[in-house]
Amino acid sequence: MNRYLTQHVGFILLGLSTLLVVVPILVVVGAIVVWGAGAISWEFLTAMPRGGMKAGGIFPAIVGTLLLTLGTAVAAIPVGIGGAIYLAEYARDTWLTRAIRLAIVNLAGIPSVVYGLFGLGLFVLFLGLGTSILAGSLTLAIMTLPIIISTAEESLRAVPTEFRTVSASLGGTRWQGIRNIVLPQATPGIITGVILGLLRAAGETAPILFTVAAFFLPRLPRSPLEQTMALPYHLYVISTQVPGMPLEIKYGTALVLLVLVLSMNVVATVIRSYFRRRRQW
Amino acid sequence: MSHNQNHPKIRIENVSYAYDGKPALHDVTLDVPANAITVFFGPAGGGKTTLLRLINRLNDLVEGTQMSGRVLLDGQDIYAPGTDVPGLRRRVGMVFALPLPLPGTIRENVVYGPKLAGERDQTRLEEIVVRSLTQAALWDEVKDRLDSPASALSGGQQQRLCIARSLALSPEVLLLDEPTSGLDPISTGKVEESLFELKQQYTIVIVPHSIQQAARVADYAAFFLMGDLIEYRPGTEIFTAPRDQRTEDYVTGRFG
Repeated sequence: MNRYLTQHVGFILLGLSTLLVVVPILVVVGAIVVWGAGAISWEFLTAMPRGGMKAGGIFPAIVGTLLLTLGTAVAAIPVGIGGAIYLAEYARDTWLTRAIRLAIVNLAGIPSVVYGLFGLGLFVLFLGLGTSILAGSLTLAIMTLPIIISTAEESLRAVPTEFRTVSASLGGTRWQGIRNIVLPQATPGIITGVILGLLRAAGETAPILFTVAAFFLPRLPRSPLEQTMALPYHLYVISTQVPGMPLEIKYGTALVLLVLVLSMNVVATVIRSYFRRRRQW
Repeated sequence: MSHNQNHPKIRIENVSYAYDGKPALHDVTLDVPANAITVFFGPAGGGKTTLLRLINRLNDLVEGTQMSGRVLLDGQDIYAPGTDVPGLRRRVGMVFALPLPLPGTIRENVVYGPKLAGERDQTRLEEIVVRSLTQAALWDEVKDRLDSPASALSGGQQQRLCIARSLALSPEVLLLDEPTSGLDPISTGKVEESLFELKQQYTIVIVPHSIQQAARVADYAAFFLMGDLIEYRPGTEIFTAPRDQRTEDYVTGRFG
């Protein structure tokens, strides 16, 4: 009987810890939905902010975040996947490549505000891009790169070596094997990494704080060298910098950010399972 | 040791090979004749597979190896600088111990090599599919489902597909590394039968998965022990009247 009791207590404890994880998430999401849903309207999503941001919509912030995420993707995806292919398929195991890997792992752990300062120093000031969408995207891209590289490298390594050998034995060059066999097989994993990285970029405030984000700019940016509003920073601004902001607008903005990020996640899952169904090993 | 042959298809010349300083082949010299089945046999760790993979330079993919000696294909040193390695591998095909269909359909597997080689003509690709699958004795079983996934085939069918995939390149030499080790006796019989057909056109080198198979298929047989080539003679002789005591001990089942 004692063993069963132990098992029972164990299950309860494990169940409780799961609950401990799930309940706060549900509460947070629930609160945002309950308090924010009232703010959502066509105007809120598509109009410029008015009346000291206490009325109107958050259109420029939504567009800004989409543009920044797009810019991050354009800069980070080719470089990240290229780097991963080099590390997984070409680089020999030397002290140099080990140092590079160590650096990538460590970069993933650096606080985002440090990336913000780095972006301010390199892109905004040294390269003279000013506070601009370009500078912000590049900063976010650098923050995203370690995530993309390490997940993509892992997915490439998970493809059985034998496929590369078979491809070579059929007269394929190394690149032909990678292009025709390895990359398609690694695609679901690579997409996961890319989306994870971009989601983080879309939701970050600190890296865009000094590099691109505008406090209040009630129009759409006209060039990549202009500033823009962005959802995470806008949320920060209306929550802490503007007295008397209606609760509904704050939570509405949070809800939009949340839905944006979650829907990207759903898209990623759909793409991933589509590719995974076509995989045959 | 070397066989009387005016024009060997492959000549292995004083080849020694080591993985990270650990020797795998020691001063091996032998000639492989064209249009015959040559068998490399012996206990595990003898260097048979290593030698096989040296003939189409697949061992290039392994890091930290040392090689000396020469491997000649039609008199050309395939390790000479400037050798077109993918081109070499098109001339010297390889079938592995485990059937390893590439992801994709049966048809895609067969045309993989020709497509990489630049063949785009659909009619010719179609001809290649029919010819290679027929040669590998698989055509009748798969002709109605060329576009279904290769992974859905049975193990024996997959292995014949792998043979067809190599044949699609019309190689001059076909290397087979224990191609029937994972197969049932019926599939094994089919693979061996197709080898007898194929040797009319191709030079075949096979590492058999058993001594019985070696005896069944060998025109010529080379016995390897711990990286040394012990004896190399026509199959009819080596299995019935081996000259070296070690060959005899192995052939009669005293060790191995």
